[in-house]
Amino acid sequence: MRVPEAVAKIEIACTVNGKPRRFRAWPMERLLDVLRRELKLTGTKEGCGEGECGACSVLLDGALVNSCLVPAAQAGGSEIRTIEGLADGEQLAAIQEAFVSCGGAQCGICTPGMVMAAAALLDRHPQPNEEQIRSGLSGNLCRCTGYMKIFEAVVRACQAGGVRR
Amino acid sequence: MRAYVPAYELRTPASIEEALAWMAREPGVWQPFAGGTDLMVLLEAGKLAHRRFLNIEKLPELRGVAVASEHVTLGALTTYTEIQRHPILFAEFPLLCRAAEETGSVATQNRGTLGGNIANASPAADSPPALLVYDAELELVSSAGPRWEPYNGFHTGYKKMQMRPDELIARIHLPRTKQGWAQHYRKVGARKAQAISKVCFAAAAQIERREIHDLRLAFASVAPTVIRAAAAESALRGRRVTREVIAAAREALLHDIAPIDDIRSTARYRLRVAQNLLEDFLQCLPS
Amino acid sequence: MVSGEPKFLGQSVPRKEGRDKVTGRARYVDDLEFPGALHGVTVRSQIPRGRIRKIEFGPGIPWNEFTVVTAKDISGSNYVALFDRDQPFLAGEVVNHPEEPVVLLAHPDPYLLEEARRAVRIDCDPLPAIFTLEESLACKEIIWGKDNVFKSLHLEKGDVDAAFAKADFIVEGEYRTAAQEQLYIETQGVVAIANPREGVTVWGSLQCPYYVHRALVTLFGLPPEKIRVVQAETGGGFGGKEEYPSMIAGHAALLAWKSGKPVKMIYDRAEDMAATTKRHPSRTRHRTGVTRDGKLLAMEIDFALDGGAYATLSSVVLSRGTIHAAGPYSCPNVRIRSKVVATNLPPQGAFRGFGAPQSVFALERHLDRVAQTVGLAPEEFRRRNFLKPGETTVTGQVIREPVDMNRLLDRALRESDFAAKRERFARENPGRSQKKGIGIASFFHGAGFTGSGEEYLASIVQAEATPEGRVRVLAASTEMGQGTNTIFSQIAADALGIACEQVEIAQPDTAAVPNSGPTVASRTAMIVGKLAESAALGIKQSLVAADLLGERYTQKDFARACREYIAARGPLRARSQYHPPPGVKWDDATYTGDAYSAYAWAVYVAEVTVDTTTFETRIDDFVALQEVGKVINPVLAAGQIEGGVAQAIGFALYENVIWQQGRMANGQMTNYIMPTAADLPRIRVFFEETPCPHGPAGAKGLGELPLDGGAPAIVSAIENATGIVLREIPVLPERLMEAFEEKAGARA
Repeated sequence: MRVPEAVAKIEIACTVNGKPRRFRAWPMERLLDVLRRELKLTGTKEGCGEGECGACSVLLDGALVNSCLVPAAQAGGSEIRTIEGLADGEQLAAIQEAFVSCGGAQCGICTPGMVMAAAALLDRHPQPNEEQIRSGLSGNLCRCTGYMKIFEAVVRACQAGGVRR
Repeated sequence: MRAYVPAYELRTPASIEEALAWMAREPGVWQPFAGGTDLMVLLEAGKLAHRRFLNIEKLPELRGVAVASEHVTLGALTTYTEIQRHPILFAEFPLLCRAAEETGSVATQNRGTLGGNIANASPAADSPPALLVYDAELELVSSAGPRWEPYNGFHTGYKKMQMRPDELIARIHLPRTKQGWAQHYRKVGARKAQAISKVCFAAAAQIERREIHDLRLAFASVAPTVIRAAAAESALRGRRVTREVIAAAREALLHDIAPIDDIRSTARYRLRVAQNLLEDFLQCLPS
Repeated sequence: MVSGEPKFLGQSVPRKEGRDKVTGRARYVDDLEFPGALHGVTVRSQIPRGRIRKIEFGPGIPWNEFTVVTAKDISGSNYVALFDRDQPFLAGEVVNHPEEPVVLLAHPDPYLLEEARRAVRIDCDPLPAIFTLEESLACKEIIWGKDNVFKSLHLEKGDVDAAFAKADFIVEGEYRTAAQEQLYIETQGVVAIANPREGVTVWGSLQCPYYVHRALVTLFGLPPEKIRVVQAETGGGFGGKEEYPSMIAGHAALLAWKSGKPVKMIYDRAEDMAATTKRHPSRTRHRTGVTRDGKLLAMEIDFALDGGAYATLSSVVLSRGTIHAAGPYSCPNVRIRSKVVATNLPPQGAFRGFGAPQSVFALERHLDRVAQTVGLAPEEFRRRNFLKPGETTVTGQVIREPVDMNRLLDRALRESDFAAKRERFARENPGRSQKKGIGIASFFHGAGFTGSGEEYLASIVQAEATPEGRVRVLAASTEMGQGTNTIFSQIAADALGIACEQVEIAQPDTAAVPNSGPTVASRTAMIVGKLAESAALGIKQSLVAADLLGERYTQKDFARACREYIAARGPLRARSQYHPPPGVKWDDATYTGDAYSAYAWAVYVAEVTVDTTTFETRIDDFVALQEVGKVINPVLAAGQIEGGVAQAIGFALYENVIWQQGRMANGQMTNYIMPTAADLPRIRVFFEETPCPHGPAGAKGLGELPLDGGAPAIVSAIENATGIVLREIPVLPERLMEAFEEKAGARA
């Protein structure tokens, strides 16, 4: 058995959290790894490597995606927003404040992905009903909370005016 | 991450012509890569044997939903999210919208495409039963030009398709013929979201004078491919829904499906639930 | 601010590290960067049992670039120090379970590392293996010790045989629970730096830094001060990171030692699921004698656990499961025989509840059978048998807490609208395909280590004040989401009369904090929290004794006093060590006495709908009522119960480990099913507080409690909905369908 031959790395230009970024990556390298290793944005987490847990959720051109399933070659020209890009400096987004005040984060490992999913949900449905909240977050697994206080945080954030960006 | 990622190519063709030219030049060497929600999972598990992929994600010819008087035509790259948001699809093809909303989760739906779902050819896929009910047709393109295949019969065996290695699925045609039919979709999985189905059922029936004038029954996860339940349809076509007819349909279904035991469920469960879902549908019909 | 008046205890003070968690700033072990670090992976056995013949390193890999470690490289002792000495860090001559670690590899390129892992072949001569409790108990093959038994226990209370002779009814039953994967969303991971000059330092996702410390001391044969273990932010543990981190830490450290470079080892999900510990599968046999009035006369319980290939924590899991096996009921005559045995599965370990979820499931389901035999409703049967103050548990412990289980039951039934719903469901179910049911479970959970365990641990907490008047609490208790950091700040702040923000919790680092014992056993709030309180009070006492602080003072006064004290006398520190409460007696030989210094008491009610088209069970409502002494932080406490109930729902309905030749076949999140946000009901949590003298502000432990009662309440409800008796969890739809068909067949 021989180590397969490596292809050439490609150059990717995209916008991450509002800033233009350039990096070199393998074409099928996971966006998750590019964010964490290349761009040092370690807020986005790996929980499963199979697109089930949502810990790696980011916004790609405004849409929630699992960054463990996005190849670097498809990130070129896109606008990416990670958890690091949600707050405005020290001013947390309403959804982040709500997570803190409602106890929506326990161990916190699912929290960045969960907050991004909640942000995407509120973007689409500023006043979601319970069913919309459940289905909007159903791709983000949390082992600690049983989701109750995450739902409360989403509701609290709506009352406070949703996501500011 | 178990794959040797540096060995994988993902090249972006400048146009669909270029994509098809590459595929024609080396048939089977270049495989299409759309939203990646199936292929990347295989990659991460170290199970993606193929290494050279064509990034067709942004090819405009494969995008968009066109509404004509007889058909609605979806580009192969239509995502599950786009399906759910399209008003005509929502109004006239509710089973496809239901399937889209039950596929994975929001993140999967934003990236996963209908063409990718068909080409992945999983017998457990959620949208194909709806496509079968709607008598979908597929447009396949290659350097040699386009051709049409009815979706019913497109899958010839487990992961086998009526498609050449130099072909791409370009569009999916949905005839606008099911308005007024009673329509039903139910996916049974291990949980309410993010579940591969144990049994998936899509059905539509045209009721005239309290009789089933015509119907379509389709299942996933109960055979090596998604299937139309032809024997069950025959037992019901032209009939009124009575206790005896339901029993006959349940019996006929046994000839249509061949469920197995696997990591997700058992053959017995799939069989019983498939029958129950069919009966459920029949009980709800206005007849 | 006036000192001495509680300001924070009982308040929902926001999580101390909450901002970091919601902004992505919290740094978990894989977020830590170590320049020049290598990645490490483990090559594991593919067979369940065999003799290692040779290890082959396949062609085409530049092996000279790799650091390779096998058992031969271990200079210290090749076993994971815990209780027994049976589990090697790396298998040398024999393997005893699939996924047993054999070879370690390190390299800077994580992708090449995976190719290399695939290229290592471990050649084994297979040996006969056993995979079930039954095979082990029958000694089909002896794979551990003389008889496969890691540990057995025998409890006798009263005269069981004489009591059975007097019973009006005797009811028997057998119940089973399956393995359950902890499924923390952050997988196991460590980074190690190790060399002869500096010793060994490990950063890890872990619950018990001192457990890892002890294991590394033994592995390397180094003095304790040469080993340092630091807990990084930890993304969930639930017991799965109680002792397993010792293994992965040892591996990373061995690679670091040999390579001379830092080594980061992070498991992917597939490896984590397949190779690490799970909840012990159980089989419980009950034989119960009651009077015709439904009073318990005699209980005979046979409780067996499958421990997997090595002993790890099995003896302690058995202990807790055994002591909880007879529940919060008064029965004068009890015999419990329990065993935990070896199989060629990867070793099982700790998972929230730790033996009690298994034995309590069996007990609660069995008591419904007994109730039915006597002709009593389940709740009425319990009323007639609840433990009351002054009565004794199975170990002969006299209940001194003023517990009133009847009142708890009343409240739970009221909050869940139990009676009306049960009546309505019984009336409406016939003819419907969606059948509704409601069921209960009543249970307790002891806080802290069993018996003399806490005395043995002799936990220590320290406090230290800064010249600015900030106070640091130094404890080995780890934050993993339960709220350790926050409640310790509340406790110390109130003890000192300062603001919560003035309290810092030191990162658990064995070089800096004392050994407060492991973060397990529902002990952190009650046992360690109490020590944190007294350590904080110790600071105050030093200042008062030095005449720098009066009885009433402001925060500014406090800061000034600290500054002056430190300037004049040096460091301002206090230390508190655990001493068992007076009068607590435990006899390890007979397993009698005061098993726990306090219990939390609970009644849970589950309302379900069973869909007879698909045999799926949906939970429509869940009431979780518990008496916990004192709720230190309502949001955090409710969060613990909600999360625990969610795990119990998984245990009852969704989570199934499929074993094939001892290996977990469904080791991916797509096939090991935990509930999503779309699956769980509203979980309604209610607390009662009867302050207990042993915990800060009267708090008792509550972290594990929900795992005991969730599953039996759900199964009770399914039984109520369908009339089907279920003796095994998870209640998968496939199994429920078979039970329905069996029942229909039996009637036909």
